[in-house]
Amino acid sequence: MSTLEQMYQQVILDHAKYPVGRGLVDLASVEGHLAGESHQVNPTCGDEVTLRVDVTPEGSVAGVSWEGQGCSISQASVSVMTSLVEGADLDEVARLDGLFHDLMSSRGKGLGDDDAEDALGDATAFTGVSQYPARIKCALLGWAALKDSLARSGALATS
Amino acid sequence: MTTTATVRPGDPALQAAESGSLSTTELAAVRADFPLLERTVRGGKPLVYLDSAATSQKPQVVLDTEVDFYEQRNAAVHRGAHQLAEEATEAFEQARAAVAAFVGADEGEIVWQPGATAAINVVAYAFSNATLGRGGEAAARFRLAPGDEIVVTEAEHHANLVPWQELAARTGAVLRWIPVADDGRLDLSGLDSIVTERTRVLAFGHVSNVTGAIAPVATLVAAARRVGALTVLDACQSVPNMPVDLHELGVDFAAFSGHKMLGPTGVGALYGRRELLEAMPPTVTGGSMVEVVTMEATTYAPPPQRFEAGTQMVAQAVGMGCAAEYLGELGMAGVARHETELAAEMLKIADIPGVRVIGPLDTADRLAVVSFVVDGVHAHDVGQVLDDKGIAVRVGHHCAQPLHRRFGVAATARASASVYTTVEEVVAFREALAGVRAFFGAE
Repeated sequence: MSTLEQMYQQVILDHAKYPVGRGLVDLASVEGHLAGESHQVNPTCGDEVTLRVDVTPEGSVAGVSWEGQGCSISQASVSVMTSLVEGADLDEVARLDGLFHDLMSSRGKGLGDDDAEDALGDATAFTGVSQYPARIKCALLGWAALKDSLARSGALATS
Repeated sequence: MTTTATVRPGDPALQAAESGSLSTTELAAVRADFPLLERTVRGGKPLVYLDSAATSQKPQVVLDTEVDFYEQRNAAVHRGAHQLAEEATEAFEQARAAVAAFVGADEGEIVWQPGATAAINVVAYAFSNATLGRGGEAAARFRLAPGDEIVVTEAEHHANLVPWQELAARTGAVLRWIPVADDGRLDLSGLDSIVTERTRVLAFGHVSNVTGAIAPVATLVAAARRVGALTVLDACQSVPNMPVDLHELGVDFAAFSGHKMLGPTGVGALYGRRELLEAMPPTVTGGSMVEVVTMEATTYAPPPQRFEAGTQMVAQAVGMGCAAEYLGELGMAGVARHETELAAEMLKIADIPGVRVIGPLDTADRLAVVSFVVDGVHAHDVGQVLDDKGIAVRVGHHCAQPLHRRFGVAATARASASVYTTVEEVVAFREALAGVRAFFGAE
């Protein structure tokens, strides 16, 4: 596989084409739920994402919806992240966020940790992206939006 | 893949190149002057550098000149009585003369600046300072009042837009702009209602760094003169790629950078008509730009030194002077014809299914700067696939967000040429671009 093909894994191309969670869902206040929204922009390339998160009273992600435009890496990454974090509790979301950032700093080497890579699931497909410094921020855009929307929801303060 | 195998003798593309004034032999000689062009990228692929509008590569003679300055002449300029100081000052001022001659200006009309952005800001802040009363009566024509208007165009690079927005915000002046037509050229149909008696400044780019379109300078200068407005020309894209004679163009100010015209980074030039520079209050103040300093007040040196506070980027300036001489010897008329040929080759990408060019589709009044979108594939992904074949293009908004918004796109990919760019490279780019949609499964 060429480094380009390592970057644009089929799972990434599929998520870019058929994104999960795309289309903002109204956050009608459900009793006891916390909701937050974040808009993130990558000023160097104009990629953007608006993401909404809905957190249960027990502190797990009830739903993520988003709207965005940008390159296949940024859009696929939001999509993969959405499928990964839905249903997860906030500790698990924080762990996945940490692992994904580690993966993006791995310069294409991956995490070298089977448990961690199992946890990241499809998100390990972005290993190849970490060989391209200019594209790492594309892959991290959605994760930044998730973290910020969780903070804005107030869920991080209470968990 | 090699880039030379794609065009064979007899190919119309090659014949076009040979009929231009940079012959294939001359072009080969030019390329040999640029050491970086010999390197390979992405696992041994020949570099096809189509990002010269962002920054150009540098010929060996420019690199050598800069090194030679540090090895043989390095000293502070315009001070000191020793031999090195004399030689450094001479090199610095000779470079100024070379740049001035290259753009049809007088020596005293060229001010060294860290770059074109800084140069435009010097003019914008001169208006600010004059409005605050600095510069006295001599600077009256730089004073702005609420209701005065500053006119730019929708095609501007942020460097020739944001400083004017800021000036308007500081002074209460109103910012207006000339719109861009669907073909990427300026829409001058409403020019007389945009440039009016209220207009004090008309700032515009000579050549768009996105569309490659050459602005109708004569028309715009005439419109500004009719109402007594000052003109500021962003000449960053024109000076490296076509003949530019600032006196003939008749603009009041112009800015251009060294690094886009085969020179070093960290240096650029502000051109101002001598009488205007003499009337203009300084913006950056400090050492070297003064006459008499007391604890109470300071009188300023005449231009250009008035606008060159602090220790200057002497080695870069000397390098920029060398770059101007290099281009001058090459002959800018020939360089411009070379650009036109390359633009024609680049514009053939419009025939690739799914590719849309943002900007003029004909070669009249345009340079070889071609921005485009690929249907169903984001510009960043386009750039990545091209990069995998060793082809370097720019992706993003190219510091021109309003222009991209005008065309309803967040980002484009951009191919741009310089004196060393070959038809073969453009053909390689076209062939690689033709495969992009298939790679992403876009129908």
